[in-house]
Amino acid sequence: MDLTNLETVPGKTIVRHLGLVQGSTVRSKHVGRDFMAGLKNFVGGELKGYTDLLNESRTEAIDRMVAQARAAGGNAVVNVRFSTSNIAAGAAEVMAYGTAVEVR
Amino acid sequence: MELLFQFGLFAVLLLIGWSIGGVTERRHFRSLVEREAALRDILVFNERRPPADRDFRRAELVMGSVVIGEDYFKRFAATLRSLFGGTLRMYESLMDRGRREALVRLKEAARRQGATMVFNVRFETSSLSADTGQRGIFSAEFIAYGTALTPR
Repeated sequence: MDLTNLETVPGKTIVRHLGLVQGSTVRSKHVGRDFMAGLKNFVGGELKGYTDLLNESRTEAIDRMVAQARAAGGNAVVNVRFSTSNIAAGAAEVMAYGTAVEVR
Repeated sequence: MELLFQFGLFAVLLLIGWSIGGVTERRHFRSLVEREAALRDILVFNERRPPADRDFRRAELVMGSVVIGEDYFKRFAATLRSLFGGTLRMYESLMDRGRREALVRLKEAARRQGATMVFNVRFETSSLSADTGQRGIFSAEFIAYGTALTPR
């Protein structure tokens, strides 16, 4: 599965457009992470636990998007975009969307 | 007595934030400068179209992300500064750190793929302060993503 955020897949030709596909996940931090981040907050800097958490979420969102693309008969997703939103205290939604295509 | 204790705690936290936070920030900027220099050969563009006259072997989505939080001192200083308005330098440096870190991680990801260029690079920032809102501490996630191209 080729993923790009361009309009094409360089080196390949798009033979069919299959429409918008998307994947998302909502995750919350677990208490341990939140506690550590709470301590870290006094001194600032990178909150590694959150970085990892959001990266895991993004990987999951991409996987779901890819699964949709595959179900639609595509072998690539172009024009991929990400968006993150806070939907409740302690929970974030991470979303990935793009256009499923068939390339050759 | 209790008031004294509270004030003491506040002063200690402020001092910890100022000293450790300051050291962390300076160290982070030094490390950024080093890594940026080492990754200078990876070219990043925010153009949507790669050059048509070049042939690419591989195109892959890459990204870099980081969550950065403010320290206690920054928060206090920003609250104070907000009374008068104007430039919040303590946050400017925080945003700068986050964005540069995300870009450096994007370039590192591109290098792991053996790519030499990244096209259509986008930045996105989202505040996570709704999460930690109870304590009023601000943290934000910075992401940079783009399409890494490996020449044939």
